[in-house]
Amino acid sequence: MPTHAPIPSGSIPAAGRVVLDADDINRALIRISHEILERNKGAEDLLLLGLHTRGVPLAQRIAAHIATVEGTTVATGSLDVTMYRDDLRSHPTRAPHRTEVPAGGIDGKTVVLVDDVLYSGRTIRAALDALSDLGRPAVVRLAVLVDRGHRELPIRADHVGKNLPTARSERVSLRLKEIDGEDGVRIA
Amino acid sequence: MNRHLLSIDDLEVADIQQIFATAAEMHDVQRREVKKLPALRGRTVINLFFEDSTRTRSSFEIAGKWLSADVINLSAKGSSASKGESLRDTVMTVTAMGVDGLVVRHGASGAAEQISRWIDIPVINAGDGTHEHPTQALLDGYTLTRKLGTLEGKHVVIVGDVTHSRVFRSNVKCLTKLGASVSVVAPPTLMPSGVADWSKAAGFATSYDLDAVLPEADAVMMLRVQRERMSGGFFPTAREYTIGYGLTRNRLATLKTGTPILHPGPMNRGLEISPDAADAADSLVLDQVSAGVAVRMSVLYHLLAGETDHTDGASA
Repeated sequence: MPTHAPIPSGSIPAAGRVVLDADDINRALIRISHEILERNKGAEDLLLLGLHTRGVPLAQRIAAHIATVEGTTVATGSLDVTMYRDDLRSHPTRAPHRTEVPAGGIDGKTVVLVDDVLYSGRTIRAALDALSDLGRPAVVRLAVLVDRGHRELPIRADHVGKNLPTARSERVSLRLKEIDGEDGVRIA
Repeated sequence: MNRHLLSIDDLEVADIQQIFATAAEMHDVQRREVKKLPALRGRTVINLFFEDSTRTRSSFEIAGKWLSADVINLSAKGSSASKGESLRDTVMTVTAMGVDGLVVRHGASGAAEQISRWIDIPVINAGDGTHEHPTQALLDGYTLTRKLGTLEGKHVVIVGDVTHSRVFRSNVKCLTKLGASVSVVAPPTLMPSGVADWSKAAGFATSYDLDAVLPEADAVMMLRVQRERMSGGFFPTAREYTIGYGLTRNRLATLKTGTPILHPGPMNRGLEISPDAADAADSLVLDQVSAGVAVRMSVLYHLLAGETDHTDGASA
C-alpha cells in the first residue's frame, strides 16, 4: 500500500463559476423536503440517510425543513459506502466514515438516500448494496442536490435540486457551510 | 503504510491512527446481523501457522471472512513442513496457488520478514519467535485508546515474562508511539539481557518491584508466563512467581479505581493473574478479543483492499 490516503473530508477549494448560491441551495432543499413529504404522504416511517461526506449535512437540513413544515422530527442517519465501492482497487485505501442508523434500524422504513452530486451512479449502486446488508427497507428513494448527468449505471434520482448539464471534463464542486464554511455550487 | 506488517516499526503514528479509525467502524459491523463487508471479495488469504494458536488464527480467519476474503488455514502439524520441506519451499508452494496475502506465525524470530523477501504479496506477521506480534500490540493500543480516550501521557505497566514476550516488544513500540510512558516489571531472570541500554534507547522504565509501580499505573498489562519457551530455572516455583509478580487480589486493591487490566491470553489463572483480576469489572480481556477481530479486519483491509503497488515491495 502506498503512503497514507488523503482524508477526503477536507474542504473543497472554491474555484470556477457559481451556478447555485446559498439561497438557490436553500430553495432547492425546501422543494425537495416538500416533494419527499408529498411522495410519502407525510413523515411517517421516513428515514433520511446521508451519504458521506456532504450528503450527511444535506440530510440533516432536509430533516430540519420537514420538522418546520410537519412539526415532527424525522429520523436521520449516515451511510458510508467505502467498503462497497467497485473502484476500491484503483485507489489507496482510506479509513471509512461512520455509518449511523437510528436504533429502530431500516427494516420496513422509507429510506431516502441523500447525496450531493449524482454523476456516474456508482456511489448509489454501492449504497444500495450497503443498505441490503443493514436490513430491508420498504422503499428506497434518492434525493440529490445536483444531477450532472453521465450515468454509467441504470440509476436515477427521485428528487433533484438542480439538473446541471456538464461536460465530463468539467469539475463540479459543491461546498457546504458545515464542512467548507459556505454554501455554493461551482463549475470549473 | 508499508506493504507488509512485520513489525510496529513499519507503521508511522498516522498509520496507526488510520488503522484504529477503520477498526472502530469494523467494530460496529460486529454488532450487525449481517457481519459481512465486500471489500476483499475475490481475494484469498492464507493463515500459515507453524506454531500453535487458537485465538490469533481464528481472529484472523473471522476478520478475513467478514471482509469476504477466502481464508485458508494451514498449520505446520500434518503439513509438508513436518515432512521436512524447507520454509522457503512451503511458502513458494503456497503462494504459487495464487493467494493475495499471507498471515504467518513462526517460532523463529525474523521468519515473517524473511518470507516477505521471497514473495511479492503482503505478509502480516502474526508472531515470530520472541521478536514481534504487531497486530496484538495494535489491538491492545486500540482497546486502551477506546477505554482511556488517549494514551498521551498515560502510564502503562507491563508485567511478567518480558524475555520471551513478542507481545511486549511490539507493545512497548506501539504504546510509546502513541505517547504513553511504559514501565516494565519482571523478575531479574525474566528481564532480557541488555535491557538497560534498550530501555534507555526506547524510552521505557524497568523495575523489579511490582508493588512500587502498581499504584501509579493508568493501565496494567499482564503477560503470560510462557512455560513452553522456558527450559527451566527462571523462577523457583509458580507460587513464588505469583507472590512476587502475580496480579493477586491484594495487589488489585492497590490500583487506582478504574485502572484497566489487560492480558493477551491465554491466561494462566492463579499464576500471573488471579481470577479476581481476570474477571474484575475493569478487566478488558474480552474487549481485547473482540477488538482483535476489528483491528485485524482493519489491517487486512488496508494491506489488501487498495491498489496493488509493487514499487516498494522487496520482491526477490
